[in-house]
Amino acid sequence: MTIQQDEIEKIAELARIRIAPEEAAELTSRIANILTLVDQLQAIDTAGVEPMANPLDAVQRLRADTVTEANQRDVFQAIAPAVENGLYLVPKVIE
Amino acid sequence: MSWEVVIGLEVHLQLATRSKIFSGAATAFGAEPNTQACAVDLAMPGMLPVLNEQAVRYAVMFGLGIGAEIGLRSVFDRKNYFYPDLPKGYQISQFQEPIVGRGEFEIQLEDGSTRSIGITRAHLEEDAGKSLHEDFHGMTGIDLNRAGTPLLEIVSEPDLRNAEEAVAYLKTLHSLVTYLGISDGNMAEGSMRCDINLSLRRAGSTTLGTRAEIKNVNSFRFVEKAIHHEIERQAEILEAGGQVVQETRLYDADRDETRSMRSKEVANDYRYFPEPDLLPVVIDQAWVESIRATLPELPPAKRQRFVSDYGLSSYDAGVLAANRALADYYEAVVEGCTDAKIAANWVQVELLGQLNRGELELGQSPVGAAALAGLIQRILDGSISGKIAKQVFEAMWAGEGDADTIIAARGLQQVSDSGALEALVDEVVGGNPAQVAQYLAADEGKRKKLVGFFVGQIMKLSKGQANPQMVNELLNKKLAAAGSDGES
Repeated sequence: MTIQQDEIEKIAELARIRIAPEEAAELTSRIANILTLVDQLQAIDTAGVEPMANPLDAVQRLRADTVTEANQRDVFQAIAPAVENGLYLVPKVIE
Repeated sequence: MSWEVVIGLEVHLQLATRSKIFSGAATAFGAEPNTQACAVDLAMPGMLPVLNEQAVRYAVMFGLGIGAEIGLRSVFDRKNYFYPDLPKGYQISQFQEPIVGRGEFEIQLEDGSTRSIGITRAHLEEDAGKSLHEDFHGMTGIDLNRAGTPLLEIVSEPDLRNAEEAVAYLKTLHSLVTYLGISDGNMAEGSMRCDINLSLRRAGSTTLGTRAEIKNVNSFRFVEKAIHHEIERQAEILEAGGQVVQETRLYDADRDETRSMRSKEVANDYRYFPEPDLLPVVIDQAWVESIRATLPELPPAKRQRFVSDYGLSSYDAGVLAANRALADYYEAVVEGCTDAKIAANWVQVELLGQLNRGELELGQSPVGAAALAGLIQRILDGSISGKIAKQVFEAMWAGEGDADTIIAARGLQQVSDSGALEALVDEVVGGNPAQVAQYLAADEGKRKKLVGFFVGQIMKLSKGQANPQMVNELLNKKLAAAGSDGES
């Protein structure tokens, strides 16, 4: 499996990670090395092996549908950079 | 050129739990911003999700309601994207192993015909918060009360062929989920939101065309309009020899148009992977069966019973069975007055008419089922005519009391006393010699019309209170007598 630099740049963009142009080539070769390890894993015959969703041999506990959390807005908003009328303010999102 | 329209719908249904799907914060609608957003909903470091049992139960109820396979093992995944109203940077959803598998249900169209529509799957996920784009000094306001509200995303097969079917599908779905009590189904408050996937293909073709997705359409009427608009837009492109671009579009109700939101190529790359903070959800068949045992009678079964037990038309049965509260009200009226057909007529015409005019919900009706049954009993026992009954109903609506009180207070009792009626008949027959002469000279067909004239005059004279059946009998006797007098 090989990976191209433009794919690395796209993944970085999706993950909102800034990569300096001079870093991109080196990063591409390092990730390509990791992917050779993945190639080895993928060569293993997994027919009949059930996909694993979680390494713990347990199932999800369910909680009762009751309201247990009180309003703590003031505490949370005390550490927020900007709030107004109870809202958190963030840089303008334009869709 | 003739195009076939192919529509699939994705409905996001808010489940009626008290607390959120992964936290103990409240889900009540309309609270002050961010007062129902706890540390889990805000994605504070170290917070872990714990799944709400009621959300799982509601999903299972839905699956049973559409005869779907229930995923006894289901898995949550992370759907990764960045948006300020999604603090974690991912939405916990289900991707490869949803809790509800394939099912189907029947939709009923306006003409009474039915079609079976496939449901591909339904899965549990959390809702995001809300972004408020009004001006906060050039910033966007974020309210995270909705973040973490449980959603059931219900995905249909591309089985729908026009706007009417899409609306019928949504109405059937709405009826089902409110019967089950798993959602309040309030579209205005966003409890049921719809994404429309629509493409066109040449009539007769079996491959699908390129589709556009229209996001977040929030009323039955807007769904209809958005579909009409989108069909027109795509047909224009294709007929000009162009290509439809696969993209997400937004319906703008004010301008009645859809417009491009963003290209889906990049945005669509959600990089799903299993949610490491949640274990697989395993439920046992016994629990599923115990839930099945609690299901209420659902609309299709109720509709059939209304047809077979009450002799209603399929259409009337459909209207009355579509809403659980209305169906219960109707059955209470039937029990109180024993005539299912008259009850159906009064509930659909008078009751629903008044509710619509007053923009009221059934629960706000000033006339209860027992009171309406009492009124219908007075029609059935001949105390009042159907026409007078409408007056009485309006008075009941205005809060003047029950049917008997109003009939007595206003002196509306039907006149069935033959002496009094005979006097009225004599007065009208005696006062209209010209019409009597016309009647006697007329043939059978014209006589019927003239009888109508006399009956009308008598009813008017009695202020609508004369027993129409008795008036007819007396009038026929009187006219026959006038005829034989003339001959002798």
